[in-house]
Amino acid sequence: MTTRTLISSATLNRGRGKVVYRVVLTLAIVGFTLVFIGPMYFLFTDGLKSTHEAIATPPTLYPHHVYPGSYAQAFDRLDIARLLWNSVYYAFGALAFQLTFDVAAAYSLSKLRPVFGNVIFFLMLATLMIPTTVLVVPQYVTVASLPIVHLNLIGTPEAIWLPSVANAFNIFLLKRFFDSIPADYLDAAQIDGASPLRILRSIVLPISRPIIGVVSIFGLVAVWKDFLWPLLVEYGYTPTRETLNVGIWQATYGTPQNLIIAASAMAAVPTIVFFLFFQRNIMGGLTAGGLRG
Amino acid sequence: MAGVATLREPKAEPRAAQAGTAGRLGPKVRRNLSAHGFLIGAVLCFTFFSWYPIVREVIMSFQKAVVGGGYAWAGWTNYVRIFRDPTFWLAWRNTLEFTVLALVVGYAVPFFVALLLNELRHARGYLRVLVYLPVMLPPASALLLFAYFYNPQYGLFDDILRLVHLPTSQWVFQPGSGFISVAMVSVVIASTWMNMGGATLIYLAALQNIPGELYEAAELDGAGLWRRIRHVTIPQTRLILLMLLMLQIVATMQMFVESFVLTNGGGGVGDNTLSVVMLIYQYAFALSGASNYNSASALGVMLMLVLAVFSFGFLWATRERASQA
Repeated sequence: MTTRTLISSATLNRGRGKVVYRVVLTLAIVGFTLVFIGPMYFLFTDGLKSTHEAIATPPTLYPHHVYPGSYAQAFDRLDIARLLWNSVYYAFGALAFQLTFDVAAAYSLSKLRPVFGNVIFFLMLATLMIPTTVLVVPQYVTVASLPIVHLNLIGTPEAIWLPSVANAFNIFLLKRFFDSIPADYLDAAQIDGASPLRILRSIVLPISRPIIGVVSIFGLVAVWKDFLWPLLVEYGYTPTRETLNVGIWQATYGTPQNLIIAASAMAAVPTIVFFLFFQRNIMGGLTAGGLRG
Repeated sequence: MAGVATLREPKAEPRAAQAGTAGRLGPKVRRNLSAHGFLIGAVLCFTFFSWYPIVREVIMSFQKAVVGGGYAWAGWTNYVRIFRDPTFWLAWRNTLEFTVLALVVGYAVPFFVALLLNELRHARGYLRVLVYLPVMLPPASALLLFAYFYNPQYGLFDDILRLVHLPTSQWVFQPGSGFISVAMVSVVIASTWMNMGGATLIYLAALQNIPGELYEAAELDGAGLWRRIRHVTIPQTRLILLMLLMLQIVATMQMFVESFVLTNGGGGVGDNTLSVVMLIYQYAFALSGASNYNSASALGVMLMLVLAVFSFGFLWATRERASQA
């Protein structure tokens, strides 16, 4: 980092500035580690304690008797394998639907430009003003009996997959990226006789990999972290159809504390691994929505 | 629309040649059919799961269930009924309390954290990952962990208080609902820990885009640290600050999962952490007896209107930004 910030590097390298900088840096590293890693330390180690030790007062800083049985017990009792599979299935299914329909729609709005395309795009953007949380009741009623076709989607994966497609932010990001692809490329392909689908597959998609990556990551994370909607539409079936997120909450009644913590830790592992793998894309993607300063 | 169509005329030419052999449909119709074919999946999903529910929420709020199935018009009855419900006012009051507290903590803290991170020459990557890590946790994991810390019998937080001989607290289950209640502050702490990473990184990106010459010039003019923040940093990030303010108001007013998980789905002692969205949930899905989708819709319409104002403010701020760029 060589750019000038609030305080110049020169000041920080001289006498008193150097001392102050060292102190602040140390405080920041220690403080941040305590605040953000501290709770997670207990998330992972308290699952290794026995129930008795987990609720002991004063608490033990580390498990005095390592008891990996809590993890095994929690895994069986809460059926973590099944919950995990459900979440993966919902998240990747939703991603497949989002990529298929949202990419196609953004491509159409950006490059094929049908009659009333602008009106449709405006109506899609308008939904950004109304967060889905306030629509849970009419959405639930609609999903329980789809108009015209009279299908009940409650308890099916489609109840999560299909509403996730109605994401105006995806369409906005994709369309804006497609808009930046020069028309010459597409015209050339068209003269060679390529169909719109062929152009999308062979020209637009390969160019658009970065934005599709951003949309995919945030699509997956959103489904994975959602709580209220899966609680409403996938709750109370045997075998369970809940997401991992709802499932571990639902199982807390009457489950010993160490098992809850072990289950929470196991639920956290996939997203932490995912984050460490994709941290550059995830943290970079945050500013993709025009929030760049 | 006609103007838009003529603008695109030149582009259509190659296709027109191709369509000549394709049959009776005119090239324009063909082009539009295929374009709408690409749109149809997303448009159907928006229709069923977004546009129709928005309209339907308003319609349902003016209806009531009829014995034997179906709905009849009810005028303002649902609204009158929820206005008379003391829980309604409590939920709005709590939501306001949460929003204000979450803004005081969750809006200012990420800004100063970002300022600090931007000044550090070492360990920046590590600290950025740390701040963002909780955002990636499933909310239930993070909140069950905090529920464990907050537990009045064996929780870590009370143990720490005991260690330093301070009075212990019931945390989220602390009764009482003064404007700043212990219960709500506990919810805000957990919520901020979980969510502050996103705002921090967005601020950080904004800070990195401030031209260094501005600081240079200010320093030459004798501006101290505080004045450089006031007269360079804040004006340069003004729009990001405004946009995030709107976004955070919209996000915090929809608070649900934090209080729901921390209080075992209850809403705290005497409902002192019950939020508006939790009340919608209770009206629609959790009250015993006949489900009350219509009252829930009336409450939903009110929240929708309030949030739409702030969302509009956000879009307006974005537009101002886009036109500047």
